[in-house]
Amino acid sequence: MNTLSILRARHLLIAAALAFIALFLVLPLAAVFMAALEKGLEAYAAALVEPDALAAIRLTLLVAAISVPLNIVFGIVAAWSIAKFDFPGKSLLVTFIDLPFSVSPVVAGLIYVLMFGAQGWFGPWLAEHDIQIIFAVPGIVLATVFVTFPFVARELIPLMSEQGRDDEEAALSLGASGLQTFLRVTLPNIRWGLLYGVLLCNARAMGEFGAVSVVSGHLRGLTNTMPLHVEILYNEYNFVAAFAVASLLALLALVTLVLKSIVEWRFAYHRRSAGH
Amino acid sequence: MDIAVNRPPPVPLAPAAPARAHLRNRLQRNRSVIPGFGLTMGLTLAWLSLIVLIPLSTVFIRSAGMGWSEFLAAGFSPRAVAAYRVSFGTAFAAAFVNGVFGLLTAWVLVRYEFPGKRIVNGLVDLPFALPTAVAGIALAAIYAGNGWVGQWFEPLGIQLAYTPIGITLALIFIGLPFIVRSVEPVLEDMSAEVEEAALSLGARPWQVFTRVILPAIMPSLLTGFALAFARGVGEYGSVIFIAGNMPFKSEIAPLLIVTQLEQYDYAGATAIATVMLVASFAVLLLINLIQAWSRGRMQA
Repeated sequence: MNTLSILRARHLLIAAALAFIALFLVLPLAAVFMAALEKGLEAYAAALVEPDALAAIRLTLLVAAISVPLNIVFGIVAAWSIAKFDFPGKSLLVTFIDLPFSVSPVVAGLIYVLMFGAQGWFGPWLAEHDIQIIFAVPGIVLATVFVTFPFVARELIPLMSEQGRDDEEAALSLGASGLQTFLRVTLPNIRWGLLYGVLLCNARAMGEFGAVSVVSGHLRGLTNTMPLHVEILYNEYNFVAAFAVASLLALLALVTLVLKSIVEWRFAYHRRSAGH
Repeated sequence: MDIAVNRPPPVPLAPAAPARAHLRNRLQRNRSVIPGFGLTMGLTLAWLSLIVLIPLSTVFIRSAGMGWSEFLAAGFSPRAVAAYRVSFGTAFAAAFVNGVFGLLTAWVLVRYEFPGKRIVNGLVDLPFALPTAVAGIALAAIYAGNGWVGQWFEPLGIQLAYTPIGITLALIFIGLPFIVRSVEPVLEDMSAEVEEAALSLGARPWQVFTRVILPAIMPSLLTGFALAFARGVGEYGSVIFIAGNMPFKSEIAPLLIVTQLEQYDYAGATAIATVMLVASFAVLLLINLIQAWSRGRMQA
């Protein structure tokens, strides 16, 4: 096999991979922005400042503002207990934490309907006390917390396990308190992994569709998140508005990817686990 | 080992109490000095139970309360079986296509240099970051009869959107990063020298691929395949816009759950959810087995 044909084969493989990426990844992304701007900038802007769209944007931000911090706290706490200590059943616990990734989003919504819906376990009690979870914001938050549950923890567990406990033990033996050790030693060690997990967690929290769709009730202006608003507009054949709201979510995805890449290049942070 | 060196000489005739105190000292020295185990473990288990385990158990408890014949009637009705066939069939086909092109993409990203490589590498994760509903309407627009891609197939009498082909195309989009990110680290660890050695010894490139490269990456490729398949089976947002959603033809199992919930058929929705949960736990088990097999193979 001569050098020329090796070079040719290399170019052929690169071209095939790029063609596949262009067809399957770039084309859909471009389609979102093209369709959003089809009727000009004015129609685009009008779709975004419309009251229902603004309500959807506000609700999406609210849901992310509640569920992402919850997952940060849980992720750090879980990673601390799993990575810094030895105990039996550790791998089973990690499997359980990963479980929401293997559950269909629709089933993730369904389980909360079975818990808190009118016919659910706590349905009668909730109705008696006039508390609404399903078809209201608390249900949307719960479903979002479920689908984003593993993001931060699964980023931190391998990272903190690999770093071991020498740094923490040194700090403690020099007289630092547990909290000081965490804030001054552990947190700086894990900051890029944490940021990485938070970026992915936030993207999923703002973009979740299936789970939220089951528990939301689709009340315009009240329980519609941005992805649900996109669906309603699309089903009404209001394509420009649907793609306009979708383009905001696509921008969020692009910003997430850029920040994620910066964490990878600038800080040489490498993921240890593949897939979600 | 510190502990072995520091061990005091045995004192066989020492009284029981000091011996116990001594043992306690040694145990404590072995234990981690890091604080917070009880607190963090307690919080982890409580939060995990509240958000994941107890809610998931509702599906199984409800199904168990149904009785076997009612469960079979709801979970394996002809319409449900047709939906499983669509969901599992398209997820398998999409994972297979991704197995080929995901491996190709990972190979090109790891082994070759070309302009724009970093952008392509970042773009591979787009399906993780792009909300599924956005992907769904974009794909439906592209593959519809008048879309950028669909218009080339329409004159040939091939309809892409609103058929199982459309579902498969959406699942290819969703599943690509699983394969690429599973295979990439293994390819990075494999040195190009092995392939060069095989080539210089007269092996054909195809032989190098099937005899040297493929066996080494097989566990990671299978893991990626299983992850993409599992995600595809449960996928909802990106599929429903392009699926057509015709019962028995292009209706996926998650959509059938939603439809039955909207008709207040909780038993039907729960039975189908149970079948899907069991299927995804089986895939999870399979992934763990593949990884255990690959670890065993590495040690051998």
